[in-house]
Amino acid sequence: MAKELLEGNAAIAEAAIRAGLEAYFGYPITPQTEVLEHLARRLPEEGRVFLQAESEVASINMVYGAACAGARVMTSSSSPGISLMQEGLSYIACSEVPAVVINIMRGGPGLGNVAPSQGDYFQAVKMAGHGDFHPIVLAPGNIQEAIDLVVLAFDLAEKYRTIAMVVADGSLGQMMEPAELPPMRPVRPPAERPPWALTGARGRQPNIITSLYLEPEVLEEVNLRLQAKLQEIAANEVRWKEYSSEDADLLLVAFGTVGRVCQTAVREARRQGLKVGLLRPITLWPFPSARLAELAGQVRGMLVVEMNAGQMVEDVRLAVEGRCPVRFYGRLGGIIPLPDEILPELERLDKEC
Amino acid sequence: MVTVEIPADMELVYKRPQSLTETHTHYCPGCTHGIIHRLIAEVIDELGIRERTIGIAPVGCSVLAYYYFNMDFAEAAHGRAPAMATGIKRVSPDRVVFTYQGDGDLAAIGTAEIIQAANRGELFTTIFVNNAIYGMTGGQMAPTTLPGQVTTSSPTGRDVETAGFPMKMAELLAVLPGAAYVTRQAVFDPRGIHRTRAAIKLAFQTQLAELGFSLVEVLSTCNTNWHMGVVEALEWAKKHMVAYYPLGDTKVSDGVRALMETR
Repeated sequence: MAKELLEGNAAIAEAAIRAGLEAYFGYPITPQTEVLEHLARRLPEEGRVFLQAESEVASINMVYGAACAGARVMTSSSSPGISLMQEGLSYIACSEVPAVVINIMRGGPGLGNVAPSQGDYFQAVKMAGHGDFHPIVLAPGNIQEAIDLVVLAFDLAEKYRTIAMVVADGSLGQMMEPAELPPMRPVRPPAERPPWALTGARGRQPNIITSLYLEPEVLEEVNLRLQAKLQEIAANEVRWKEYSSEDADLLLVAFGTVGRVCQTAVREARRQGLKVGLLRPITLWPFPSARLAELAGQVRGMLVVEMNAGQMVEDVRLAVEGRCPVRFYGRLGGIIPLPDEILPELERLDKEC
Repeated sequence: MVTVEIPADMELVYKRPQSLTETHTHYCPGCTHGIIHRLIAEVIDELGIRERTIGIAPVGCSVLAYYYFNMDFAEAAHGRAPAMATGIKRVSPDRVVFTYQGDGDLAAIGTAEIIQAANRGELFTTIFVNNAIYGMTGGQMAPTTLPGQVTTSSPTGRDVETAGFPMKMAELLAVLPGAAYVTRQAVFDPRGIHRTRAAIKLAFQTQLAELGFSLVEVLSTCNTNWHMGVVEALEWAKKHMVAYYPLGDTKVSDGVRALMETR
């Protein structure tokens, strides 16, 4: 298929359809509403399920139900809406059913604004709901990657029977750029739903999907199984991209849109004679900690740039374990940091480390 | 399991429905959940739909209902069973889906979900058990607790000036066009149990005929948290609950009426 000029949110929605999405449940919220609007038009065209729910609380529980039935299912929202989904996310994680969730992040806390932000890093990576679990968190840096990661999200969610969350900020959702959509995958027929799904106990023992385990010893076992699965994911699914890192002695670390801004900063810093590289995590959970630990032995210092007050920087510091200085630069309120602001921070890092 | 040979001159007239598992329930002695479970199971057996039925348990006393029903089951978050049922039914339209919910679950925390599902005319069935109290957490005021009724969180009796009035869900849902069949029944005596069974059957038939949303509110007792004997609780419920919550159908759509006439 050829490249076409696509808007981020519509591209994400269409990628989900191409990936075999059977049902979508969602609620309008800026800056992700175009995901819902695209699916409102396209899913019925394809003979699949679209439903605008009464709230994000209902959306995620509809997703939970459809996932229990073994359908390929997704919801999308933006920051305050994801907060409302956290109860459901926790149930889904414990019940081990696959679900894809898109978060087109906006400025917070509270109602905040509708400008691009990365303020939900902690929420996605550390505490997507109550109890011990992590969703797989994928952070695209451009629209092509958003398309590819949405397809991957469905595959990972089903492979590990877990939540795969794609987090992008409002700018990626709203911008347009050339990208290529994947071919249309056939939708899995209902007769081929997985054996654990709630499809009716015809000729078999009933399937029960629950997150309730009253005996502490049993719940501990369930948790240990979930943790073992997370370790397997951490061992197999870490993804990141590096730019000019081979000979770098200073390293930028940034994800999503900021990672893209930092690519420009790397080019300009190199023009000024600074040997700067960039590591852009693509999976925020699992985090590329091992690679950052390696690079900590190579570079004099790291600068983490985010559209928040300093969230991912904590994971970078945990990975680096003090082997090199890790500085932070961030913008808040929905402001995208520009290369002109990042360069002086790199110069300071160069002088001080 | 105890197996007894039926003598040649006798007929088997009563047995455990296939739709129930052979498990002792955790319900308190005297609780009416067991009766309601059995009625649902009998109806599912009678309609021959056990192997294509998916049930959804709530948070509340019946949170473990999936141990007692012999069919596919999910356990929902508190109040969210109608959203979950919507998700299941929309992707499995040829399956039979029902939620089993208590009054705290359906009429307090899950009010939005049940109203919106009913309004959309979702093709699932809800069995709504109203015993006017929070049972599992130990007897707090429910949205359905009667005026003046003493609970652990209304120790001087429900004061409607501050706590509002008990929610009449069967009446509230009846005004929604998506609701095809809404009724209130009670399991306080054999006649009521018989009528409740007929209502549950009609509700499932409403779903099978794709006529719209169906709900059976079942007035029930909680002798433990009402601090009454079993018989005393049934008598109290007959006198006080039925007075506030009148029995009978609150919504019968034209389609359901036609269905009733063909029975």
